[in-house]
Amino acid sequence: MTLELRGVSKVVGGQTHIHPTDLTLDKGTMNVLLGPTTAGKTSLMRLMAGLDVPNTGKIFWQGEDVTGMRVQDRKVAMVYQQFINYPSMSVYDNIASPMRIIGKSRDEIDAAVRKSADLMKLTPMLDRKPLELSGGQQQRCALARALVKDAGLVLLDEPLANLDYKLREELRIEIPKIFEEAGSIFVYATTEPEEALLLGGNTATLWQGRVTQFGPTPEVYRQPVDATTARVFSDPPMNFLQMTKRGDALHFGDGQNAPASGKLAQLQDGTYTAGFRPNHLEINKHSGEAMAFSAELVVTELTGSETFVHLNHDGARWVGLFHGVHKLTIGEALTVYLDPKHVYIFDEDGSLVAPASYALAA
Amino acid sequence: MAKITLDNLAHSYMPNPSSEDDYALKELNHDWVDGEAYALLGSSGCGKSTLLNIISGLLHPSQGRILFDGKDVTQTTTAQRNIAQVFQFPVVYDTMTVRQNLAFPLKNRGEDPNYIAERVQQIGQMIGMEATLDRKCRGLTADAKQKISLGRGMVREDVNALLFDEPLTVIDPHMKWELRTQLKKLHHDFGHTMIYVTHDQTEALTFADKVVVMYDGRVVQIGTPEELFETPAHTFVGYFIGSPGMNVLPAQVDGATAHVSGHAVPLGDGYAVSGRKVEIGVRPEFCTLTRDEGLPVRINRIEDVGRHKIVRASFEGHDINIIAEEGQEVGADMTRVTFDPAHVNVYADDWRVAPHGARKGEAA
Repeated sequence: MTLELRGVSKVVGGQTHIHPTDLTLDKGTMNVLLGPTTAGKTSLMRLMAGLDVPNTGKIFWQGEDVTGMRVQDRKVAMVYQQFINYPSMSVYDNIASPMRIIGKSRDEIDAAVRKSADLMKLTPMLDRKPLELSGGQQQRCALARALVKDAGLVLLDEPLANLDYKLREELRIEIPKIFEEAGSIFVYATTEPEEALLLGGNTATLWQGRVTQFGPTPEVYRQPVDATTARVFSDPPMNFLQMTKRGDALHFGDGQNAPASGKLAQLQDGTYTAGFRPNHLEINKHSGEAMAFSAELVVTELTGSETFVHLNHDGARWVGLFHGVHKLTIGEALTVYLDPKHVYIFDEDGSLVAPASYALAA
Repeated sequence: MAKITLDNLAHSYMPNPSSEDDYALKELNHDWVDGEAYALLGSSGCGKSTLLNIISGLLHPSQGRILFDGKDVTQTTTAQRNIAQVFQFPVVYDTMTVRQNLAFPLKNRGEDPNYIAERVQQIGQMIGMEATLDRKCRGLTADAKQKISLGRGMVREDVNALLFDEPLTVIDPHMKWELRTQLKKLHHDFGHTMIYVTHDQTEALTFADKVVVMYDGRVVQIGTPEELFETPAHTFVGYFIGSPGMNVLPAQVDGATAHVSGHAVPLGDGYAVSGRKVEIGVRPEFCTLTRDEGLPVRINRIEDVGRHKIVRASFEGHDINIIAEEGQEVGADMTRVTFDPAHVNVYADDWRVAPHGARKGEAA
């Protein structure tokens, strides 16, 4: 079972919502669409579902062209951010409804409803009405209805966004397990990098209507192909720094220099952008190779176990995430350290020219 | 700015509450210190919105008093309390410019035009919109509109307090970082008394000097982020703060040793514990996987969440989550887990027990 998008694009009122996109999703996989609001996640899902017809390109389901096929004729289930249940029906009838529509037998329906309810931990609540359930249970009811159809393609559009974070945490653990059992193709849209990482599977990063990268989630996270992907897949945001490589030295915008060691020695002379994640910035010098940067402390945030620092480095905003609680004073000058092994190098167009060496080992 | 006192406060939505269970907000005495930033944290239905509505005057409590700088305001209206509020969804006038929106609360109060112009400029700069002050609000993104709402909430310098009700819910993750930073900076620069309601732990912890954790209509702990992390007063706080939350295991405690299903677990201090239900709590950050030391566990799943790994394990039917570093190898033979004794807390009937030789800065 595969879903294949070939050169699929969507233009609405002269505005390109989706640029020509190729994407192949396999049976039994979890596929995360990660990007900020208006990146094109919902547009892409609507095309996959058949709710919208693409302007160009074709969509294949198990090798068969389904481009113009109506959503009703496809085996698709969709769950939205705003959970939708029938308020007058019991949880049981809500879950059963998609099977009743397609005229399954009573026994088949009962078996499927009970299995799906069991997976979603709704068995004790089957006789209740949705409004008698908590928010998390209501969304689980909507998820159970999507699962019961045995749809080949299940599309989840930010399904946990309206839930309390502890409930989200719980469902994020449950959802991948359920998917493993169900064997369908799952597509899950989210704005949150952490959610993508927790779900695992594959991730497609989206930015302004383009899929910038698609691959196994940890690989996209650690080996982004360009600065845009790195930015989309980093929360807190990735930090950037302009630099020039000349001979065997790197010259940074703030007048600092560092030796171009390791793989950086092989870079052609020129102007580059260095990128690194907040958790790789350090307040103490751990490695002899670490570069030192001076920055002004704008704000600190304590989480109880970690400290976020917002820095002004030579006019650029950086975020650092340090282990432990550090009591620092706003406005103070700080020296922060960065091990070169954590630095990604992008060229002037934003394409990756050298991945961070730690990422290749991880 | 003002000190806000909750005196013997409680609220029930029922006409004749008979037991504690009938109260959406159980009895509470608390001073909100002038100029501090507080977060009210809890899951939906915990009573945090009830409490916020009582402070803002949208709701009159069924018991107790609320005082602003010692003056009883229990029966006064929201307008009389002189507070500013920012809600979950942006409230801006689309037909007005950004400048007019920001100036609105000052104009209503008949402030001097020169002062208004200067103050609006200052706030515009603070929310990073000084370049778009003369733009009409129609067509601006939700992020931009919420920034304006935040700016307008902050424009008056004479308010008693600033109340925020889930103000960043509609904002993209990247923008959240920026707006939170600005709020924090505004608090630092102006020293308003701020109360921020959220169900998001990161927002609560990063924003507040003190976090008020609510559970089932009750305030279970008021503390700095560090206190909530290091010494959760209740197992709920341990669970609710942290991702994943604190591991909790049933135990017998004897002096400086806990016994968990026959395995000895060293504690950082001595305890004398009584209670029906005795447990130890230890956060995933203070658990270490080893080969030959500690509790034997079964590893169920390892999640790579980027900057670290979450190892999901179990011990005799109890979940134990362990946080491992990004680059750390988790070998198949690493099936034991040890706890950092200094970070093991002891609980009796869900409430934390202070050790004998209470460490500095801890409540008994």
